[in-house]
Amino acid sequence: MIEQVAEPLQQASFAKVVLELDVNNHPGVMSHICNLFARRAFNMEGILCMPLSSGDRSRIWLLVFEDQRLEQMIRQLEKLEDVLHVRRHGAEHEVFERLEDFFH
Amino acid sequence: MNQMTGAQLIVRLLERQGVRTIAGIPGGAILPLYDALSGSDIIHHVLARHEQGAGFMAQGMARVSGKPEVCFASSGPGATNLVTAIADAMLDSIPLVAITGQVPLPMIGTDAFQEVDIYGMTVPITKHNFLVRSARELLEVIPEAFRIAMSGRPGPVLVDVPKDVQNQIIEFAQFPPVAVRSPSPVVQVEQIEAAARMINEAERPVLYLGGGVIHSGAAQQAVNLAEQAGLPTTMTLMALGSMPVDHPLSIGMLGMHGARYTNFVLEESDLLICVGARFDDRAIGKAAQFCPNAKIVHVDVDPSELHKIKNAHVAINGDVAEVLDALLPRVKVQLREGWLARVAALRTAFPMQFPEQDNPRSHYGLIHAVAEALDDEAVITTDVGQHQMWVAQAYPFRRPRQWLTSGGLGTMGFGMPAALGAAMAAPERTVVCFSGDGSFMMNIQELATLAEQQLNVKIVLMNNNALGLVYQQQNLFYGKRVFASRYKGEPDFLRIAEGFGIPAIDLDAAANPQATLAQALQTPGPCLIHASIDREQFVYPMVPPGAANTEMIGG
Ligand SMILES: Cc1ncc(C[n+]2csc(CCOP(=O)(O)OP(=O)(O)O)c2C)c(N)n1
Ligand SMILES: [Mg+2]
Repeated sequence: MIEQVAEPLQQASFAKVVLELDVNNHPGVMSHICNLFARRAFNMEGILCMPLSSGDRSRIWLLVFEDQRLEQMIRQLEKLEDVLHVRRHGAEHEVFERLEDFFH
Repeated sequence: MNQMTGAQLIVRLLERQGVRTIAGIPGGAILPLYDALSGSDIIHHVLARHEQGAGFMAQGMARVSGKPEVCFASSGPGATNLVTAIADAMLDSIPLVAITGQVPLPMIGTDAFQEVDIYGMTVPITKHNFLVRSARELLEVIPEAFRIAMSGRPGPVLVDVPKDVQNQIIEFAQFPPVAVRSPSPVVQVEQIEAAARMINEAERPVLYLGGGVIHSGAAQQAVNLAEQAGLPTTMTLMALGSMPVDHPLSIGMLGMHGARYTNFVLEESDLLICVGARFDDRAIGKAAQFCPNAKIVHVDVDPSELHKIKNAHVAINGDVAEVLDALLPRVKVQLREGWLARVAALRTAFPMQFPEQDNPRSHYGLIHAVAEALDDEAVITTDVGQHQMWVAQAYPFRRPRQWLTSGGLGTMGFGMPAALGAAMAAPERTVVCFSGDGSFMMNIQELATLAEQQLNVKIVLMNNNALGLVYQQQNLFYGKRVFASRYKGEPDFLRIAEGFGIPAIDLDAAANPQATLAQALQTPGPCLIHASIDREQFVYPMVPPGAANTEMIGG
């Protein structure tokens, strides 16, 4: 439930969640997704996107905080025409962990 | 084998989709499409004077017809001028397909003449948008644009078409099928039963109808539900007309400028049945204090509206009409004499007041006089400001799609071009636009379009020579520090209208304003009806910003 005048949430204090999205692969999809988060001041901690082998689909991995708006964010993602599937994983998912070597 | 240019293909696809009128303005990057349109015997083009006007004309058509309607604009400034009308359609869930010209593909990203990234700019204000990269894609994109605009929760779709794509020649065997609405989400019987049980068991239920009832064509079902279960029924600004105002179960509009008794009834309810509404802040005031004792049944075709502002006890994702159809046979007939008597007592104690209703020189009196001179077949549009709220409060709306207003975005300048669009979609109806002097000047250039099209549109200009709603807020909430809300100059709107070729009458000068007004409304064709309004008249009652709905002032 969102109050009319919401205080900015201190997201850093929440647990992390990994989202896995299957999307259509064309220029502009990333912009649709990033926009959803940006206009709600919902911070994306990590983002990773690669085309799937078929070439007409991509998979996007997002690392986000589990604040109270996350369910709403997922519903908004599912509403996008180019988003085919959203799956939710816990912070223990290894996709971002295995990338950490590239961020030193 | 069909062979044609991308531009010709767009026109053929629009024709096949049933589009009969398009509003727009040409320019370099969309000239191939205009050239192709000139060859259509089926589609009538209305040349607007500003692209925002074209966008609102398409919206006016769509709000009356319930179908996706189309506007055209060129690249760069043409496209950016459409942005407000697109955002407005997004917030009010209006099906709109905006087609823009773009610089040729190889020039995209070079800051070419009249190049803007309208695709990027409209991402957050469209349901979906497309930048077309080949003429072949149009075979899929144009029907998709219509399907998306009209499916589920309706909304605007933008299709940006580079000039070389418009000129590209393609060959194809078959036209794609005409787009139709995607099926609505399948409704779960258990949820319907849970909702029915809650309605049957509630003691003080209230039915809360939103714009979704209009969009899904469910007004009749909503009235049936209310009658069957004995539900006092409130409507949002967007839902006015879904239940006739004078229906015994109607408790009018809720929220910021609703009647006191309406907000008090909601306060006492133990069950809120929210149908196609979204708990907008102007409707519910402070969310935590809205209907504090009520359980909530929420029906919406857009799943992201469920639990967004208020957690629902039963949330049903589905088309409002289908859900109500499924619900009706499971809901018990109830008279609810006790609760309805309580509602009647609140209504008597805290009624909506319309002072000076019989004086056509007052704001409520003018609205009353217009309604007296018309029947329910007329379409009413408004601009944004005090005049809009007065019309919402006082005009007797009795049917869906009778009332067109910019609710979510609250866009000044909406009223007149939307009225033109309404008249294009329903030429047999009288269309009346209630406007304010501030709003009228935001799209006043469309008077030229009106004169050219000779549509049956009457503009009732409620002139207080002020940005009245701003003036009101400054008086009430900013220590009477009135700043930038009163005009110093005073344009002569009668001469302006006449200069555009629109007949104009001044009710101020009329000996019998009621008779003069009735005569003007009954004469076919366009007309400006000017009436001065006392600037010191405010919209009451009012929920102050940030307050709960029960903390109303005035009225
Ligand atoms: C495009 C736009 N700009 C600014 C506003 C803010 N605003 C809301 S009402 C209003 C005054 C409207 O004046 P007018 O049309 O004369 O109506 P009145 O309130 O006087 O009846 C303003 C400036 C708005 N809603 N839309
Ligand atoms: Mg005014």
